[in-house]
Amino acid sequence: MPLSGKNLLGIAGLPVSDIRLILNSARSFREISARAIKKVPTLRGRTVINLFYEPSTRTRSSFEIAAKRLSADSLNFSASSSSVSKGETLIDTALNLQSMRPDIIIIRHKAAGAPHLLAKHCGDCAVINAGDGMHEHPTQALLDALTIEDKKGRLEGLKVSIIGDITHSRVARSNALLLKKMGADVWICGPPTLIPIDFEQYGGTVTYDMLEALSGADVVMMLRTQLERQQEVFYPSVKEYFSLYGLNRKKLSAAKKDVIVMHPGPINRGVEIDPEIADGDLSVILEQVTNGVAVRMAILYLLLGASEEGSK
Amino acid sequence: MTILLKGGEVVDPAQDLKKKADVLLEKGRVAKLGRIAAQEGWRVVNVSGMYVMPGLIDMHVHLREPGQEYKETIETGSRAAVAGGFTSIACMPNTEPVNDCEAITRYILEKARQANLVNIHPVGAITKGLNGKELAEIGEMVRTGAVAISDDGKPVQNNQIMRRAMEYSRIFDVPVLDHCEDCDLAAHGVMNEGTISTEVGLRGMHAVAEELQVVRDIMLSRLTGTRVHICHISCEEALNAVREAKAKGLRVTCEVAPHHFMLTDENVRTYNPDYRMNPPLRTGRDVEAMISGLADGSIDCIATDHAPHARIDKDLTFEDAANGVIGLETSVPLVWEHLVRKEVISVSRMVELMSLNPSRILGLDRGTLKVGSVADVTVIDPEKEITVDASQFESKARNCPFDGWQLRGAPVLTIVKGRVVWNRLS
Repeated sequence: MPLSGKNLLGIAGLPVSDIRLILNSARSFREISARAIKKVPTLRGRTVINLFYEPSTRTRSSFEIAAKRLSADSLNFSASSSSVSKGETLIDTALNLQSMRPDIIIIRHKAAGAPHLLAKHCGDCAVINAGDGMHEHPTQALLDALTIEDKKGRLEGLKVSIIGDITHSRVARSNALLLKKMGADVWICGPPTLIPIDFEQYGGTVTYDMLEALSGADVVMMLRTQLERQQEVFYPSVKEYFSLYGLNRKKLSAAKKDVIVMHPGPINRGVEIDPEIADGDLSVILEQVTNGVAVRMAILYLLLGASEEGSK
Repeated sequence: MTILLKGGEVVDPAQDLKKKADVLLEKGRVAKLGRIAAQEGWRVVNVSGMYVMPGLIDMHVHLREPGQEYKETIETGSRAAVAGGFTSIACMPNTEPVNDCEAITRYILEKARQANLVNIHPVGAITKGLNGKELAEIGEMVRTGAVAISDDGKPVQNNQIMRRAMEYSRIFDVPVLDHCEDCDLAAHGVMNEGTISTEVGLRGMHAVAEELQVVRDIMLSRLTGTRVHICHISCEEALNAVREAKAKGLRVTCEVAPHHFMLTDENVRTYNPDYRMNPPLRTGRDVEAMISGLADGSIDCIATDHAPHARIDKDLTFEDAANGVIGLETSVPLVWEHLVRKEVISVSRMVELMSLNPSRILGLDRGTLKVGSVADVTVIDPEKEITVDASQFESKARNCPFDGWQLRGAPVLTIVKGRVVWNRLS
């Protein structure tokens, strides 16, 4: 059974049945990565393009490994080494890539809506959003959901607290959307300067008090603090930020005993999270990375399955 | 040529007139109103079933010339204006170079004379190069033909400079037209800040950034006694501030653009850059406020903020695309279909909003069909059905969010200084 849409542009348009399908498929794909020979012929002859306009290590490698383990041919196309740096527009790039007949383009772009623009101009080729500006990062939310479900056995009814710079976080938006759809109790926490207007529309509870967010939490999701934004007066200093919204052992004791601590990476040790917690028993940060490959394998497989169905 | 417009409904609020009458245009002036028998040698135009009104005036247009002729020229903008039923337009100074001195004002007027279609009234810059720091040579521009001053698009941030500009403009009694935006607060936002910007992940600029500058201008108008005109007002709170200022008798007026009473920020969900402009599309509540302001008289004019761009400026991601939409060729049908036909405003009120008031604010000595006035006339067919087709526009630009809309009521005859410059009468 393929996904309901041609593309994966965000969690917003994704039905619960698709989310279920991706998570279940990811569990079976995860087994492949545990083998000595980590490759299956499923997508042999298919072409996957990684179109990354923003620097990324984790997400790009994860997609690339996912494609390779499914035997697809993958190509990395990054902003600095391509005609993008010569001023080619996104639409021109899309038209050119489309002429090479790839099956999937995975895009990361600083501009919200860039994957939507690409999808409009690249014909039958499927588009996966690997992060667009401050908008969405759907594969991150899906791998987070897989990680939580593995540890807790469910998503429904869990208290999940997302803490940090919410305004600039596509991870926060996609996660809040997905967790709400799956029935979790979502809490959003950070300084008011970093929480956008009406974030409650995602169905979560907003608080500026970290202890309230942590109290009785099943899952704590810390977001990366974008240090380069410091000059924009969102908070006075990293020191004060850490004292108010950094995660340490003492604050974490307000959460449930079996709480899990997550982070989409890359971590700023000592800024938003005490290294002791990041490396500690409650942290599932590296499992998130492992699950990232499995979730992306599932999505590549399901999207290409869908286009195959469509061509019949 | 003597022209007799026969059998139309004449709407002229300046003389409190709304009745069936013939209109005689002779030697570029309105010669006679009433029942007029045709004479040998006159051009007789049957306009029965149509509305005959003083030529419409769009006091907020960007013509892009000099400097950005690839977007629009004075000639193509003039054609778009008359096709849209406008007989006069005021053009903003953010050209390249900026219209901040007599030579540029003269250049624009010369180009307008060559195009020879619509009356073009240049707006001079407040500050040199729109730099917000040094006053432009306002007196020389006004002497040459500028009718107002504005730093539209790059609003003066420094309150002292704005005070001095307002004081200085009193010598010439020209209004100061202000694009109201506190740029620090707007912080390079690309859409209205609110529920939708949070959802779509685009940087927002809050309506307070507009309101703050509107309130500042009202205060400075009170201090200096200068006439201040708020350009393209877009949010409820800013309009309330203008309403209160008017109640206090201050010399403050404002205009609204069709997109700000027709569209909301929910359109931005499509990420289509043709919904990007500044001020941005606001919320449904703001749209309702604009419509009540049009009906109750707190809004003085409808102006399009016609902002032509080439596709290369718009075929980009939403945040990389240029601000602005075009409006000259859609304004009348939108107003007719959505305000007049729905009885939000009367035809007389429409003429006030689109002719009489802009004329008064800019001191144009137009906006009426009184005997002896300049023969600028617009004729509207209230039943004409159109489907907006941007590909057929007279304007060079295609950045129109109303493409494909079906509307009823359109301009069919445009007469400037007694000469027919646009005719779509069947």
